[in-house]
Amino acid sequence: MKEANTMLLEFESRSQNESFARTVIAAFAASLDPTIEELADIKTAVSEAVTNCIIHGYADNIGIIAMRCSICGNELTVEIEDKGVGIENVEKAMEPLYTSRPELERSGMGFSFMEAFMDDLEVESEPGRGTLVRMKKRLGKPDPLKEYAKETALKGQ
Amino acid sequence: MQNSKNHGRNNNTAGEEDTVYEISQRCLIIRLGKELDHHNAIGIREKADKYIERYHVMHIIFDFSRAEFMDSAGIGVVLGRYRKVYFIGGRIAVASVGTVIDRVLRLSGLYKIVEKYDSVEIALNKLQKA
Ligand SMILES: Nc1ncnc2c1ncn2[C@@H]1O[C@H](COP(=O)(O)OP(=O)(O)O)[C@@H](O)[C@H]1O
Ligand SMILES: [Mg+2]
Repeated sequence: MKEANTMLLEFESRSQNESFARTVIAAFAASLDPTIEELADIKTAVSEAVTNCIIHGYADNIGIIAMRCSICGNELTVEIEDKGVGIENVEKAMEPLYTSRPELERSGMGFSFMEAFMDDLEVESEPGRGTLVRMKKRLGKPDPLKEYAKETALKGQ
Repeated sequence: MQNSKNHGRNNNTAGEEDTVYEISQRCLIIRLGKELDHHNAIGIREKADKYIERYHVMHIIFDFSRAEFMDSAGIGVVLGRYRKVYFIGGRIAVASVGTVIDRVLRLSGLYKIVEKYDSVEIALNKLQKA
């Protein structure tokens, strides 16, 4: 059976909404029956993108963040968009460990995490206009990290 | 931004209020709450640094036994504390790491500088013997 569904959420760029966004995506993705690992991956990627809108896009001013989600078959698509400062050089911003705000103890791993935990990552940005992150994940496929995770889970019981 | 305390928070919004700090000799044990993201990283960082200064902390143990979620903000918190103690020969340990958090720690490369132990007790033994 092929599933299809869409959802749009808009919320203010307040840091307490990071956990709110994670809760919403987890609820939306539930119909795909994700594994614990898949759900954690999706929540982490969303958390990274939303946090970036808050601390970089709006630089601690309050603006609106839009989260658009859709399900098509076994594929989840999440778009997270801000109308903030935008990114001058997207390629550079996406380099592992690059951060423009080391004073905030940012690790510069946000984009790397989104890339690693999702199957697909696209970033569209324009200085002064804002940033759109589009991520896709296909659920129910073998995960290279999973075998290891299973082993440790057994040990942990 | 840090006015969340006035908002009558409940259990669902696990935050820095959830985090418990303990001192054992010169070890700081940080017992993390349910979630470690940018929102509660700010508070944890400030509290931890107060303890580090006041008690001349050398080693730090992060107890993940209650933790269910962490993103790159958590990596920043661990790395930041590492930078505070490593020049005095301090070490950083993580304890009771579940599979979800372990994936994030492995991906970040943090295990190159952080030691992983099954429990806080084991970590304490190792660190205080040194
Ligand atoms: N929504 C955004 N708006 C503006 N700049 C952004 C946005 N997202 C990311 N960036 C830029 O990309 C850099 C790298 O992001 P990321 O990999 O998440 O690392 P970090 O958040 O730790 O700095 C940021 O430091 C910032 O300069
Ligand atoms: Mg980031």
